[in-house]
Amino acid sequence: MLYREAGDFKTSYVADSQTFPIKFDRYGYYVLLGFAFLVMPLIINDYWANSIVVPFLIYAIAALGLNILIGYCGQLSLGTGGFMAVGAYASYKMMTAFPELNIIFVIIIAGMVTACVGVLFGLPSLRIKGFYLAVATLAAQFFLIWLFTRTAWFYNYSPTGMISAPTREVFGVPVTGPRASAVSMYMICLCFLVASAWLARNLTRGSMGRKWMAIRDMDIAAEIIGVNPLIAKLTAFAVSSFLVGISGALLFAVYLGAAEAGEAFGIDKSFLVLFMVIIGGLGSIFGAFAGAAFLIVGPVLLKLLLVNSLGWPTDLAAHLEIMIVGALIIVFLIVEPHGIAALWRTIKEKLRLWPFPY
Amino acid sequence: MKMTRLAATLAATMVVAGPTLADTLHFPSLSYRTGPFAAGGIPFADGYSDYLTLINERDGGIGGVPIRQTECETAYNTERGVECYQSIRNDNPLVIQPLSTGITYQLIPRTMEDGIPMHTMGYGRTSAVNGEVFNWTFNYPANYWDGASVIINYLLDENDGSLEGKKIALLYHNSAYGREPIPTLERLAERHGYEFLSIGVDSPGQEQGSQWLQIRRERPDYVVMWGWGVMNPTAIQEAANIRFPMENFIGVWWSGSQQDVRPVGDGAHGYKALAMHGTGMDYPIYEDMQRYVIDAGKYAGTGDEVGTVLYSRGMYAAMLAVEAAKKAQEIHGVAAITPAMMRDGMANLEITEELMVELGLPNFGPAFSVACENHGGSGAAMIQQWDAQAGEWNLITDWIDPDRELIMEMAMDDSIAYAAENNISPACLN
Repeated sequence: MLYREAGDFKTSYVADSQTFPIKFDRYGYYVLLGFAFLVMPLIINDYWANSIVVPFLIYAIAALGLNILIGYCGQLSLGTGGFMAVGAYASYKMMTAFPELNIIFVIIIAGMVTACVGVLFGLPSLRIKGFYLAVATLAAQFFLIWLFTRTAWFYNYSPTGMISAPTREVFGVPVTGPRASAVSMYMICLCFLVASAWLARNLTRGSMGRKWMAIRDMDIAAEIIGVNPLIAKLTAFAVSSFLVGISGALLFAVYLGAAEAGEAFGIDKSFLVLFMVIIGGLGSIFGAFAGAAFLIVGPVLLKLLLVNSLGWPTDLAAHLEIMIVGALIIVFLIVEPHGIAALWRTIKEKLRLWPFPY
Repeated sequence: MKMTRLAATLAATMVVAGPTLADTLHFPSLSYRTGPFAAGGIPFADGYSDYLTLINERDGGIGGVPIRQTECETAYNTERGVECYQSIRNDNPLVIQPLSTGITYQLIPRTMEDGIPMHTMGYGRTSAVNGEVFNWTFNYPANYWDGASVIINYLLDENDGSLEGKKIALLYHNSAYGREPIPTLERLAERHGYEFLSIGVDSPGQEQGSQWLQIRRERPDYVVMWGWGVMNPTAIQEAANIRFPMENFIGVWWSGSQQDVRPVGDGAHGYKALAMHGTGMDYPIYEDMQRYVIDAGKYAGTGDEVGTVLYSRGMYAAMLAVEAAKKAQEIHGVAAITPAMMRDGMANLEITEELMVELGLPNFGPAFSVACENHGGSGAAMIQQWDAQAGEWNLITDWIDPDRELIMEMAMDDSIAYAAENNISPACLN
């Protein structure tokens, strides 16, 4: 009824190939954007912004990045935590070395540095595939963390090896450091997320994305039809690492405020983002959002429900949380192996025919 | 996305609906009862909670105002620690005790901004002893650099005043926590002429094969350990395996609890550790504890940690917090104190031996006083040794003083650098 294509005529190629071809979808998207930019900053309280929405936005960027590499280009990577650390340490070095530089540029440059590192560690992908590549990127993870914990230059020779973000402002409003308000943190993360999603969506449906998908589906066939695997794979590593680096820089500078490589960007981060991509749905922009929401917002909501509302002991709640999230992951993978995005697609198909299915 | 928003709104209403009591004193506990560090987190959280329960049950609260306790699980993870802090910061928490150096580093700037006092007893950022820079952070009665210095002073005593030509290895948890003592031990190595070797163990620390191989090869005279959680019993087991003389193996106060030595059995006999307070149940306070808390079934957790080293430490932390709250009530003449008043109480805290006797804890902790220039107390600690046959820790020394002059000098340098980085002009709050 509401959700239909009938009568929604397209008269140009541009209109036909737009991101949201169905009117209902498109308006929903505009409403959501308007809500996120205009209404949320007014109604959101500090706890919700700081503990739930900001980490969700940041991890969604990381999931978008990894989704490009795994979901679109088919290159398995376990180095996400290490690449996030590169973004974080690059932004820290930039912030302390050039205090005048605007934080937005710092974060973008941190993303570019990560892209370069990503390309470097992506080089083995030209020779090795699948699980072997996963092991090679795993080496990147351990090497990068080792580098950041052992080389004092990266943490400006601080005795503890912690890096901490100084206060930086955008238009006179502090967005990093302790004085940053919840709303400003929310806004900067939201802007980066929307820009990243826009970039990812448009890259993946353009010629570059098609090359990635050709490599993913069958690399030899892709090479025969004229896709250069060197360029395709390395651009996928570069774009993916760029987004992952931005999320690492935001996680450190905006959300955590202080970090150390081994604790904040360990191997568990790599797996967390990988699970987001798999549960959300490989090769789907929406999937990155859904996966991040599931694994970041889910546990906190569960904690609020069990501890704050039901008053259960914290240790029991923490153990139950692990068990429930784990069980939900298994259920999801059995019920819908292609992730939440595929589930959403099925629901959409059904809704388009509702209430008159044939 | 839409479903998330819906769930968010639902849960938001649940949070807002929770009761907030104004006429209570809120003592939050950022505990960890899960994860690889739970062995240390559980007894501390139990001790902290039991002492506060005792004050409520026996005295009806502090100055007639009942204590309200909340607990938040951090799993020793900094991200969850920040989430916990965010969830309590608008609820008038009187003092934050995160029991994690990593979380402390995250919270120092935030608590300064929010005006909430933080007490990091025997952990956290050492240079917080300079209260002119770190107005809201306290680390009395002792900190890591004190601990490192006390160990060296003890070893000096053992070796007739000279460590010339000795080799001392530091086995440390490779995190902000474990790296804290390195600068002090390096400085002291210059002064006393011992050879210093630092060996890092990656978190959580179950794998230490290569580190102990290195220790076997290097043959240090002493091994000093900065370990926590599962790293401690593993290290003691490895030391027993290579037959390292246990009396030459000294842990910091976070590596010296029953949970650390019991799994190793007889092999751990003779292992030494720092003690920043007494331990065991031979204190009059346990009569009240038994009567009001344990027999009444109001204990935290399972109640089987009572009297262990880390339980005593949690109790000690709670006791210092309660005394600071009393001091704050005395200064301001108000019973329902705010976090800002609590800070004044902590900044003017004075613990005397008479007070300790009155509280039922004679000879339990050092007598010390806090001032704006010194948030770190006395820094003294004792050495305790594990007796595996009797299954108890024995104190083998009296209070040993650290080299406070050197530590204050280093802390000044570090805190002034922090102040410059963060545009803080050092001054006392009044």
